Amino acid sequence: MKEFAYYPGCSLDSSAIEYGMSMERTADILGIKLVELEDWSCCGATSGHNTDHLLSLALPARNLAIAEKMGLNVLAPCAACYSRHRAAEHAIRSSKSMGDKIREVIDMDVQGTVETLSILDVLANDIGPDQISQKVTKPLTGMKAACYYGCLLVRPVEITGFDDPEDPQSMDKIVKATGATPIDWSYKTECCGAALVTSRPDVGNRMLYNVLRNAQESGADCIVTACPLCGLNLDMRQAAVEKEFKTKFNLPVFYVTELIALACGDTPKQAGSDRHFVDTLKYLSQIEVNRVRAASEKAEQKAEATESETEAPDPEATQKKIDAMLKGWQKNPAKMAARLIEDEERAAVLVEVMTGDKKKMTRLAELMVTDADKAVKAAEAFITAELKKKQA
Amino acid sequence: MGNAVTLIPAREQDRQLISKVEKEAGTSINLCYQCGKCTAGCPAAFAMDYPPRQIIRLLQLNLVDQALEAGSIWICASCETCSARCPRGVDIAALMDAMRREALQQGKITDKKVAAFNKAFLNGVKNFGKAYEAGLLMQYNLTTGQLLKDAGLGLPMMKRGKVSMLPHSIKGKDEIKKIFDRAEQLGGE
Ligand code: SF4
Ligand code: SF4
Ligand code: SF4
Repeated sequence: MKEFAYYPGCSLDSSAIEYGMSMERTADILGIKLVELEDWSCCGATSGHNTDHLLSLALPARNLAIAEKMGLNVLAPCAACYSRHRAAEHAIRSSKSMGDKIREVIDMDVQGTVETLSILDVLANDIGPDQISQKVTKPLTGMKAACYYGCLLVRPVEITGFDDPEDPQSMDKIVKATGATPIDWSYKTECCGAALVTSRPDVGNRMLYNVLRNAQESGADCIVTACPLCGLNLDMRQAAVEKEFKTKFNLPVFYVTELIALACGDTPKQAGSDRHFVDTLKYLSQIEVNRVRAASEKAEQKAEATESETEAPDPEATQKKIDAMLKGWQKNPAKMAARLIEDEERAAVLVEVMTGDKKKMTRLAELMVTDADKAVKAAEAFITAELKKKQA
Repeated sequence: MGNAVTLIPAREQDRQLISKVEKEAGTSINLCYQCGKCTAGCPAAFAMDYPPRQIIRLLQLNLVDQALEAGSIWICASCETCSARCPRGVDIAALMDAMRREALQQGKITDKKVAAFNKAFLNGVKNFGKAYEAGLLMQYNLTTGQLLKDAGLGLPMMKRGKVSMLPHSIKGKDEIKKIFDRAEQLGGE
């Protein structure tokens, strides 16, 4: 079992409480043991390094000193915590004089022997997508997710280094393992505005708008993040940004751990997903509908396949099936066409050809019962002929 | 004549200040060949008076006061994109960071809001050992005179169990105060 010194940071039981909840669920599900770092303190975040260099290294160093005593690597889900702890490790390891200064300030021993890891690194590289997908019971079918990494998980490279700074893939792999579809987009590592959204909304809101717009234009229907500040900005401020830029995004925002919990069978409430600002519940129930539909289609196909394999041809039963198939064509040609032809446009042409042509309908109905492959070939031939006719 | 550039001989103290900032940032401004890639990728450049390339140029020309008074250094979001992309390996983000701290020390804060936010945040950490978000919003809004700015978000946050009105202290909060004090004493060395 993987074991970590768990550093939840200040956000995971407050502004990003759903991140904290789903983090613990994810650990449970995947068999990761989290031992909370004893009496941990705040890493100082951006305000720390904006104000005082030494302080900004000493604050996380105190936590590293505690983890060293525990003899465990640190798991820090928050991107800012992760980044500050890595920066402190880096400083302690690379300069003896800076290390000495830090030890003096915190009045504890710290040698940089433990490593702080991000949840993306642990899930994608330690646990691995295969292990995750093995636990999935309710795949997030049809979810088009924009995986948003933001800044601090991938930059500076000397400090992070577990993924590519321009086109990272770790979250995409994890999201894929949950059954969702990660989309390609170009703002995955663009800054969301961070604290500027609060301190200078005139600047921060535009940065936020750029990220949301790119996600939407690239075909995403939700955003996934692993940073509590990104999460809060994208979610809580989305309405204000929509108003300022006179547009609608309506993009639910999830933490990556929520997707794991949900895909492994948790209710939205258990995963904390009912605590967002942009409504997620309606969206998630649509995903659930997709999943059920896909599952029953699969079961149907399977049943059909075994039927045609096992049953000896009984002329009467066959005739009955043909009749039923013919009825299907008369009643709902679109559905029947979709069973034969994947391409939507071509399927539409088939519907056109079939409508009102009982002879062709009967022919296809027969073939669909007796020889599925031939049925597809015949349908394709009908479509091609029709298209040629149209061109001429 | 009207377009002539007045070249002021660099003052020794400006040179010294620039090397101090460079040392703190662990980078060198002379590496920069002004290609502008940093500015091209900067997500906040649209709001800056001197985008990152120009900040570096000001420093190369020893115009350090002008750089320290630029609004840009307070608009920079520390996103690290510039440093990650610079073909010459200039750590611009670290320079921006060092400049902010220098401006703070000199009392040249052109953006009081960002500085007030940082101060309020660190005050919470110093007193409780953890960030105190409700207190942060209150103190920040008081010092910047925007008492009601985020009030509209307070209630929805509370409804979702996302803010506690009381701070959580850690056990070792006295240790943290000492860390703040010692860092301040040693930091100047
Ligand atoms: S995108 Fe924004 S909040 Fe997220 S890591 Fe960057 S600065 Fe942090
Ligand atoms: S990217 Fe680097 S070399 Fe190019 S202008 Fe910016 S700092 Fe100078
Ligand atoms: S770190 Fe600052 S200057 Fe550099 S790209 Fe980001 S916002 Fe711009």
